[in-house]
Amino acid sequence: MKNIQTHQIECRGITLSYDGRRVLEDASFTVDSGDYLCIVGENGSGKSTLAKALLSLKRPVSGEIIFSDGLNKEKIGYLPQQTSIQKDFPATVREVVLSGRLSKGTFKPFYSSEDKSVAEKNMEKLGISDIAKKCYRELSGGQKQRVLLARALCSAEKMILLDEPTSGLDPAVTKEIYKIIEKLNREDGMTVIMISHDIPSSLKYATKILHLDRSVKFFGTKDEYLRSPDLDSLRGGEGDE
Amino acid sequence: MSNIFSTLAQYFSYKFVLSALIVGALVSLCASLLGVTLVLRRRSMIGDGLSHVAFGALALATVLGFAPLAFSLPVVIIAAVLLLRVSENSRMGGDAAIAVISTTSVAVGVIAISLTSGMNTDVSSYMFGSLTAMEDGDVILSVILSVIVIAFYLIFFNRIFSVTFDEDFAKATGIHTEFYKTATAIVTAVTVAIGMRVIGAMLISALVIFPALSAMRVFGSFKKVTVCAAILSLVCAFLGICASCLFSLPTGAAIVASNAVAFCIFSLVGAISRSVSKG
Repeated sequence: MKNIQTHQIECRGITLSYDGRRVLEDASFTVDSGDYLCIVGENGSGKSTLAKALLSLKRPVSGEIIFSDGLNKEKIGYLPQQTSIQKDFPATVREVVLSGRLSKGTFKPFYSSEDKSVAEKNMEKLGISDIAKKCYRELSGGQKQRVLLARALCSAEKMILLDEPTSGLDPAVTKEIYKIIEKLNREDGMTVIMISHDIPSSLKYATKILHLDRSVKFFGTKDEYLRSPDLDSLRGGEGDE
Repeated sequence: MSNIFSTLAQYFSYKFVLSALIVGALVSLCASLLGVTLVLRRRSMIGDGLSHVAFGALALATVLGFAPLAFSLPVVIIAAVLLLRVSENSRMGGDAAIAVISTTSVAVGVIAISLTSGMNTDVSSYMFGSLTAMEDGDVILSVILSVIVIAFYLIFFNRIFSVTFDEDFAKATGIHTEFYKTATAIVTAVTVAIGMRVIGAMLISALVIFPALSAMRVFGSFKKVTVCAAILSLVCAFLGICASCLFSLPTGAAIVASNAVAFCIFSLVGAISRSVSKG
């Protein structure tokens, strides 16, 4: 654990809408340096919309999101959910990972040698250096997720935001991805915000939980959450295991 | 064989054939580059919608006595921006919205034509392309257009890739995705408006779609797909215009047919190389 706790993100009473419908009302919470925050809740509880708001892809109807500790939305590494477009996309692993560097610095038409070395370093970190020249569409689900995580790290300095990073993966690969994320959090001190359906794993790895259901039902540490009545309702709502 | 070459050489000594070759090749090149991002983003129907709008605009321009290109260019550009908007956030669904706009344009064009001259060779050449339609102004315009498109692709190549591969991620890293999407749509509109008199309104969207699709069968990198699509489009334009001269075929149809043959060859090569690498 870090000794100095600085708020990296502070959300003050934000209300979000999607397609003209309010999906999240008056949400307040903070994200501190080194946190592993899981955002949980059922479908339509406003999780993904909140993620988009944190990345400034969506403007809150009201309230404000304050970045500090040298953070801004462009320094958050984003791992979006995979899209149907990507299934058949002709791109090499290196091309995808390098595109994470586009936000850095002033406008350059081509990648600098620094961009390339950062991309190489992140591919190495995620164990995908040997498939750098392979085509993205030929990869397995777990490999694809590693590639997108490497791309996220290329644009991340202090924080990564993961939108259901293990959806559609088999249990062994899911575990592998969680291990990687845990390592990034513990060893590299990367702040992790993860949107998840997977409650047991969220409780295993997270340090803080944000439970949404159109508003904040719970926000606090994992231990507090385990003692709170919200957990039962959430587990009851999920209906499995 | 030498007979064919001497016949071709004779054709290319005519200025109008040479003009058609230059315009046809450059328009094909631009369309293929734009096609890579449009096809991959599942937006290639925009090209088809625009060609119908361009047909309606050209017909209307002929009837009203306006200069064809000067009238149709702004109309098609406005339609491009409109089509992009409706295809992304329309309540009736993107494909239906495009069909509504494109069929309405054709209907307006056909009504305008039937009220005046009736169906004639002008109309037929708008639909299927003609070698003889080119003027000096078209040649200059197509050269300017292709310089712009190639420069756009070279300078913004990495950003175009990012926007095409993952729009949300691109936006999150601070790329102005709207700029790239709108720029692509507008340049596509200009390409369609300039190209439709050589290629034909019914056929020009094939030039957007075919080279990218063919290149994707064989190559697995965005850079290689882009370069391959560009080269392929030039080769097919050249072969198509040669065939058009030799066998007196409509130019657009000949170019599209050669693209279709290339697509079959590339699909076959892709299938073989995949089965070889698996086995």
